[in-house]
Amino acid sequence: MSLEIENLDLQAAVELLEGGSCSSEELVHALLSRITARDSSLCAYLSVDGDASLRQARDADKARASGSTAPLLGIPLAVKDVINVSGDSCHCASKILEGYVSPYDATVIGRLRDAGAVFVGRTNMDEFAMGSSTENSAFGVTRNPCSIDHVPGGSSGGSAAAVAGGEAVAALGSDTGGSIRQPASFCGCVGLKPSYGRVSRYGLTAFASSLDQIGPMTRTVRDAAALLEVMAGHDERDSSSINMAVPGYSSCLGEDLRGMKLGLPKEYFVAGTDSEVDNAVRAAVEECSKLGAEIVEISLPHTDYAVATYYIIATAEASANLARFDGVRYGHRAEGVINPIDMYGKTRAQGFGAEVKRRIILGTYVLSSGYHDAYYLRAQKVRTLIRQDFEKVFEDCDALLTPVTPTPAYRIGEKVDDPLRMYLGDVFTVPANLAGICGLSVPCGVSSDGLPIGLQVLGPAFKEENILRVGHAYELARANSKNG
Amino acid sequence: MNYLVSIGLEVHVQLRTVSKMFCGCATGFGAPPNTHVCPVCLGYPGTLPVMNQDAIHYTVVAGLLLGSNISDYSKFDRKSYFYPDMPKNYQISQYDRPLCDGGSVDIEIDGLQKQIGITRIHLEEDVGKSTHFSGKSGVDFNRAGIPLMEIVTEPDITSADEAMSFLVALKQIMLYGEVSGCNLEEGNMRCDVNCSVRPETQSRLGTKTEIKNMNTFKGVHAALLYEIDRQVQALESGEQILQETRRWDPDAGITIQMRVKESEHDYRYFPEPDLMPVVLDSDKIEEWRAQLPELPRERRTRFVEQYGLPDYDAGILVEDKALADYYEEAAKQSANPKAISNWMMTEMLRLLSERGLELGDIAMKPESLAGLVKLTDSNTINSSTAREVFGILFAEGGDPAHIVKEKGLAQVGDSDLLDKLVKQAILDNPRSVEDYRSGKKAAAQFLVGQVMRLTKGKANPKLVQDLLRTKLDG
Repeated sequence: MSLEIENLDLQAAVELLEGGSCSSEELVHALLSRITARDSSLCAYLSVDGDASLRQARDADKARASGSTAPLLGIPLAVKDVINVSGDSCHCASKILEGYVSPYDATVIGRLRDAGAVFVGRTNMDEFAMGSSTENSAFGVTRNPCSIDHVPGGSSGGSAAAVAGGEAVAALGSDTGGSIRQPASFCGCVGLKPSYGRVSRYGLTAFASSLDQIGPMTRTVRDAAALLEVMAGHDERDSSSINMAVPGYSSCLGEDLRGMKLGLPKEYFVAGTDSEVDNAVRAAVEECSKLGAEIVEISLPHTDYAVATYYIIATAEASANLARFDGVRYGHRAEGVINPIDMYGKTRAQGFGAEVKRRIILGTYVLSSGYHDAYYLRAQKVRTLIRQDFEKVFEDCDALLTPVTPTPAYRIGEKVDDPLRMYLGDVFTVPANLAGICGLSVPCGVSSDGLPIGLQVLGPAFKEENILRVGHAYELARANSKNG
Repeated sequence: MNYLVSIGLEVHVQLRTVSKMFCGCATGFGAPPNTHVCPVCLGYPGTLPVMNQDAIHYTVVAGLLLGSNISDYSKFDRKSYFYPDMPKNYQISQYDRPLCDGGSVDIEIDGLQKQIGITRIHLEEDVGKSTHFSGKSGVDFNRAGIPLMEIVTEPDITSADEAMSFLVALKQIMLYGEVSGCNLEEGNMRCDVNCSVRPETQSRLGTKTEIKNMNTFKGVHAALLYEIDRQVQALESGEQILQETRRWDPDAGITIQMRVKESEHDYRYFPEPDLMPVVLDSDKIEEWRAQLPELPRERRTRFVEQYGLPDYDAGILVEDKALADYYEEAAKQSANPKAISNWMMTEMLRLLSERGLELGDIAMKPESLAGLVKLTDSNTINSSTAREVFGILFAEGGDPAHIVKEKGLAQVGDSDLLDKLVKQAILDNPRSVEDYRSGKKAAAQFLVGQVMRLTKGKANPKLVQDLLRTKLDG
């Protein structure tokens, strides 16, 4: 049979495997061929271990033959290079982790493995997840599958490009300030950032510990729900993970939005947003209204401070999190050093890229004595205000609808010399991380240049079922209107 | 000019948890390098700390024993600095919200009571240990992540002797509370010593120096004697004391400058996002308070009341928790707790100190001591035999009744046999008999000695004496 792997979503792959019309080995084989054919131009993957993936696939086929009905049995997944998979490299797209082989599985990897998933390869990203374009990778720039001279977004640009470009059925990303939602929006796939504490961070190389979450990147909202069901839940090894039952997300999905109240934050519909983006999102809002949702305008008054707050807190935490990369225990170590200080200096100067260095220096500065109160402490206070903004509107609303980004994907190299402009592109995504709430990016249009546009659905903390329901119903309606 | 001395200590006490503070690795001492390690305590990418609840419990117990306020809300912070023995290049510690605030330790100095204030007690993780070889260095991370409690005192200590008394008293309390093994050789208690002097006419404290990483009490004492003298000499000759960190060189007997204040670290503390704040409700604290062990002072009073011991004896016994525990164990199994105390105060302490042993090193069990007392009280053995049996028990352990039987040490109480031997002693020593009858009553002792000799020391001396008197006086 000929598998149209590039159009296969996770749900369809599960049905194929369960129905016996193809084996996991055939599926993985087809995927590997697709990657071979396509990835030299996309550069979505940093590494693909064909033999190991086929071995895992054959094991899955054997398990199925002996009666296993694990929910993701034999399903190939791509993993962002920031998540530890035992025996695999985990370079975080950085030279400083050259040679590092992970001795353990991240908790989410363990859960997906237990559910039968096959890990095919590691996807490209901005070094240590710092960036919005995947141009900060030490190992090459990933390209947007919808337009090869545009960025895929970042930092999970490799995962987004792999899913959107037909090189993965589904992938894992991580989101600290929009790193799942923004590339999903730029590439035209679905990306879910779970609420802080919903998915274990154990095994996710930390960028900013109080903001990081691992989440699924998929072709459909239903697929994101299916993956989240497996990934979510309490983990004793992560003290910030919440001990709260995980709903059956797939069973919360429906075709309409009757009874739901959706808020439009006025601060997210402002001048400065690209008009095509604004129009596409407003059309999506109209569609949700037709599906039965009540639409109300609301306000999140502290939105303007979110980017500044984010870049203080995230860099402060990063400056400590990245201190461990020192050449002592693993990864790169500079040659010809004369003492420990010299070793740290040279190892880190050689190992880290410019953006990572910029953020470490910024984070070190905001925590320094004499500046700590003016920057870090003040940012924490503003963070509380931003969280309270959301808590207040979620007393009334089930979810919020916003653009994911002010513009569609930009050209490779266009913003690389202007970090501040790049940071400002995160304005609609960072508030969710600061508030610890969940957010979903769903394709809602295409620009006149053929670049995807995303709709962001934000939901209250630990109410992923709300945003999945909105995203799914909208996605179905959009597909029907396109077909019809 | 007279000078006043102000000393404050920061004592790091290793908690006796089975596993490390944030992972499941063992805490045992002396394992081959890097065998008690895992991705968490090695700071591998993606790993996260999980709090060892025993470490919280032990720190709170220490705080309760020192009379601290236990914080109902406390948190952990990252303290950033680069050092090869620090896996993450930040230490998880507590900055502004420690587990315990305040408290005090009572010490006795020259017969006078004094109270040393405790500023705070916080919990933090230990680091690894660097070793330098020719041309390279190695780090052993077995110790990295072992929980340490840092006890900070007020600058209330005014001499090297007081510092010593404080450390001894603190160690005693930590041992009583069973929060630490307090084994100095294994680095269970290490301290940083802050010291300043000032002319007695000056009210504000002088500039202090800090002597880092002292791991013996004697070292603290010697370093302070030197440092106080050094500072006084400096002031006398019109020099300024620099605020600096110094190191004690035990071989040279001097402190040496390590670094001056200007180059000290900015630790860039911020709250540890990977750990939740510690919230202790008052029920939990009260539950732990109710389980607190009896401290030496209370125990001493109880020993006097319960076992009828002289206050002095009770004082000696409770000084060392192990000794007091041993005593209680033996006393509980004996009808004569006073005799148990006598044995421990004399023979046991003497043999321990002569042979340089700790109580834990000897094979003799408390029940053996109780058994020995029973044999003496029932006149099965006499006191000199008892000392001999004690010596055997001390060296080899065992059951005293069995030893007495096996070695034929039971007292000869057979009056027919003794009667015969008394007669023989009288016949053999006519001069002593004469001396006795002529009024030299001491001559009877010689005759008793003769009978004892004939029984190889096993005769019941009281019985021999009675028999002799009857024969000589009759």
